[in-house]
Amino acid sequence: MKVTVCIGSSCHIKGSRHVVEQLQYLIAENDLGDKVELGGTFCMGQCQKGVCVTIDDSFYSVSPEDTRDFFEKEIKAKV
Amino acid sequence: MNETRKFDTKVQYLKYKVLREVAKQAWNDTLLENLLDIPKIIVPGKTPTMRCCVYKERAILAERVKIAMGGRSDRSNIIEVIDIACDECPAAGYEVTDSCRGCLAHRCEDACKRGAISFDHNHVAHIDKNKCVECGQCAKVCPYSAIANRKRPCQAACKIKAISINENNAAQIDDKKCISCGACVYQCPFGAISDKSYILNVVDLLKKSQLGKNYKLFAVVAPSISSQFTYAKLGQVISGLKKLGFHTVVEAALGADMVAQAESKELAEKGFLTSSCCPAFVDYTRKNYPTLIPHISHNLSPMATIARYIKETTANAKVVFIGPCTAKKMEVQLDTVKPYVDSALTFEELQALFDSRDIDITALEEDVLDNASYFGRIFARSGGLSDAVAEGLKEQGLDDFELHAVSCDGIEECKKALTLKSKNLLKENFIEGMACVGGCIGGAGCLTHGAKDKAQVDRYGQEAMEKNILDAISILQ
Repeated sequence: MKVTVCIGSSCHIKGSRHVVEQLQYLIAENDLGDKVELGGTFCMGQCQKGVCVTIDDSFYSVSPEDTRDFFEKEIKAKV
Repeated sequence: MNETRKFDTKVQYLKYKVLREVAKQAWNDTLLENLLDIPKIIVPGKTPTMRCCVYKERAILAERVKIAMGGRSDRSNIIEVIDIACDECPAAGYEVTDSCRGCLAHRCEDACKRGAISFDHNHVAHIDKNKCVECGQCAKVCPYSAIANRKRPCQAACKIKAISINENNAAQIDDKKCISCGACVYQCPFGAISDKSYILNVVDLLKKSQLGKNYKLFAVVAPSISSQFTYAKLGQVISGLKKLGFHTVVEAALGADMVAQAESKELAEKGFLTSSCCPAFVDYTRKNYPTLIPHISHNLSPMATIARYIKETTANAKVVFIGPCTAKKMEVQLDTVKPYVDSALTFEELQALFDSRDIDITALEEDVLDNASYFGRIFARSGGLSDAVAEGLKEQGLDDFELHAVSCDGIEECKKALTLKSKNLLKENFIEGMACVGGCIGGAGCLTHGAKDKAQVDRYGQEAMEKNILDAISILQ
């Protein structure tokens, strides 16, 4: 599973660093390091929907506050 | 708005008009058919405005068009002399002018250690050029400022002495010495020295990307942009770049954060380093101080570092760097950098590119640009890199290493520090080398240079959301 978080300016201002940090922590905590590849990219072209995250080819809009829910529902449950 | 206000000088304005026209024709796919008409488009009519006649003006403009299209391919130096534009300025060195009053004191004679000064029957001073060593002591002591140094502005600007005068009395650049800093380009009052432009490459890259359909074209902008485009908001410049067709804009300053972290670590390990950010400084070190080459930081420049990251994380990405620097055009041709950066533009050229598409950035909404920390952003001014390295040591818990940095502001100060180091006489352990006075904000590719530039860079630094280096780069892991 490849999880990509947008780290472009617009998403950065909306807290993409906190999303990345939480995901890093959650992935390590759940021992999913070898199953989930976490990466960053600059701008997915959907700045209004930031923080933009993709899992493989699916798009999600995530905020720092709901990152844990997002992890449980979309990553941990599906991996 | 008065167009000339965007620039410091009318020479820049003329260069801009050529670039704008060349780019405009390229966008319309009409460059080849209209190429020979461009000089006439820029100087219409029969009345000369710059030179002796319109024909000479147009002949010189034809040369400017060539440079705007990439210049001579037989010479790799990106700095070129337009020999027919060179006014063959007087280059006689120290000369006594009409202001000499034939005084009694004759301080000039006493000041001259070479006995080069004599007096005629009116007591007026004369300099014997066979004895004069151009030290300037006579000029300093004359109470009437009657002794002038007639030095060509290009030669005066070139502190590394790469410019000489050829047999036709025109300026000539020694490519083996030249570090492409562009000081002569900015200083020549006739615009007879110019940096080759790759604006056509960028138009081509923009066109072929087809708004991201074929590949994503990234604009990496230097933090000195904070002192540029002062007639608009930075956010409007970002909107303008996207309107041109760039996929997105990323701060070179984030690359600077990455460099600050890696360079401070490298410094703590090795004990001594010279910086690798300024391509002109690195080139100068390589050409003149071969024994110091092992001490040049092994990090790529911030531009190349962030471009490499972009290409590693984004499939099908291409990168254009936009900054204040002519030497970056040389750096992007280096084998170590070529894979990461596809082309480099100056701020001057970006202005021409906007206007070639009739994009009035003042009418656009403000977009955002926020990737880097305060420390990455202040790389744009002299002293910023040293501050960032100090911070990098602190944040990584390398406080045991005691940083003694020498921030060399301009290539003359760089020369001084490098010479001392080559003789083992330098007491500092880190040389921050910036070829342009003031740092990047003094670059020859800036639209304008002003006293407030440094304060603007610092303010831009403070506006960054991330306040420290590790926070800014933690997102990249």
